[in-house]
Amino acid sequence: MQYVLLIYGDERAAESVPREQMTEIVNAYMAYTQALRDAKVLVASNRLKPTSAATAVRTTDGQTKVLDGPFAETKEQLGGYYLIDVPDLDAALSWAKRCPGARYGTIEVRPIWTM
Amino acid sequence: MKGIAPAHRAAERAARQSYGKLVAYLAARTGDVAAAEDALCDAFAAALATWPTRGVPQAPEAWLLTAARRRMIDTARRRRTREAAADGLLLSIEEAAARISPEDVPDWRLRLMFACAHPAIDAAMRGPLILQTVLGLDAAAIAAAFLTAPGAMSQRLVRAKRRIHDTGIPFRLPDRADLPARLDAVLEAIYAAFGAGWPDPAGLDAQRQGLLDEAVWLGHVVVGLLPEEPEGLGLLALMLYAGARRGARRSANGNYVPLSEQDPALWDAAAIDEAERLLQRASSHGRLGRFQLEAAVQSVHAARRISGRTDWHAILELYDGLLALIPSPVVAVNRAVALSETAGPATGLAALDELARDQRLAGYQPYWAARADLLARLGRRETADAAYAQAILLEPDTAVRAFLDQRRARIRPNFA
Repeated sequence: MQYVLLIYGDERAAESVPREQMTEIVNAYMAYTQALRDAKVLVASNRLKPTSAATAVRTTDGQTKVLDGPFAETKEQLGGYYLIDVPDLDAALSWAKRCPGARYGTIEVRPIWTM
Repeated sequence: MKGIAPAHRAAERAARQSYGKLVAYLAARTGDVAAAEDALCDAFAAALATWPTRGVPQAPEAWLLTAARRRMIDTARRRRTREAAADGLLLSIEEAAARISPEDVPDWRLRLMFACAHPAIDAAMRGPLILQTVLGLDAAAIAAAFLTAPGAMSQRLVRAKRRIHDTGIPFRLPDRADLPARLDAVLEAIYAAFGAGWPDPAGLDAQRQGLLDEAVWLGHVVVGLLPEEPEGLGLLALMLYAGARRGARRSANGNYVPLSEQDPALWDAAAIDEAERLLQRASSHGRLGRFQLEAAVQSVHAARRISGRTDWHAILELYDGLLALIPSPVVAVNRAVALSETAGPATGLAALDELARDQRLAGYQPYWAARADLLARLGRRETADAAYAQAILLEPDTAVRAFLDQRRARIRPNFA
């Protein structure tokens, strides 16, 4: 089963993280990504630019509106994701627990719809 | 016509004994509990249609499993035209069918229970879910046991089953590290099953019949799997203590006998002895919990068979501990009753009054029965009469209703 681990965190708090600590976090993510690769469960992964770089598009009654900013203002923002292929929810949850983002925010685990 | 009654009985017996086992096994591969239940429901319908004419098969459980499996394969085939991915599902069912002979259905009820009690399932729904999938209780009976409206319960059960499937919750035992935490939900559900079977002393209700034994059996399975888990031991002890008194709850002519008036000689001494040993084993771990405390209350009641009296001070202390652990209105009612035994009916009633605001108690029979009894003891006839009326209204058991009627008549000399 494929699951996406959506990494939510407070962007503003991340801005004020000291350089050494940021290096630590980046290293932790690299190690985590490598662990997913070694376990042969990683399908895809990306880090997103902050919501200040987001643009929202919505078409209502044929009228398209383009808005600057994210879909919704939230306390924690989507900052990246891992798409993994594991046997079941327990396996997905145990990878989510190990994700460095779990220490700074929330990891939302969502199964992928299989067609 | 002559074959219909025995066929019905055989189907009912098979349903009671095999339901959870078959659901667990059928759902384990696909994770689709609702589909397993549907297939099994069709299999039971097929049994009722064919058994009267062709006779009850030698192995009803195997027959039902084969019929249910066939139904699941048919459903998957039909779906295959729409969904390419169903190929895999169909293969998995056929693979499973080929691998296990129907004579040897593995007992995966515990796996099913752990799936239902998964942290990804709403805590309030874990118990109801286990009752439905493992024991085949319908939504209305579960709603009654959990003090909820039937329609809402039914909807929540459907949603919870869909969630097991959609989120990919596995049907296996949790890892050793997760096991104790995951166990709590399972134990609570087993106890709820026991509670749902409790109000049928005569064994007249086909659905409730065997529920007590089934719950005790599930308790044994858990203790067998986790012999070092004190709460599992505590729950099994609790069920054995209570179960030991099941026969003493009615007189020879079917009248309800309250605990305080039961003859301890009628209690199952062997079951009580086993419960005492289990509780001792549990307490040796030094990790107190809800079920050990409740079992300890039962142990105090059981001690009357030797001492001839009930130590209400000890019971009150245990309920105080229990209330600190789980602030439930049901525990609070029991505590108020214990308090009335140590400090008098007025103090007990004051404790019940404090609970009156809790809406959940408005439909809880023991609350009204306790209220009525204390009011009667205080000579407040009119309010006692109204409380008895409410208790009688809420009581589904005729023998208990008759008992409450008698008590009510005592305070109504005009009508007695």
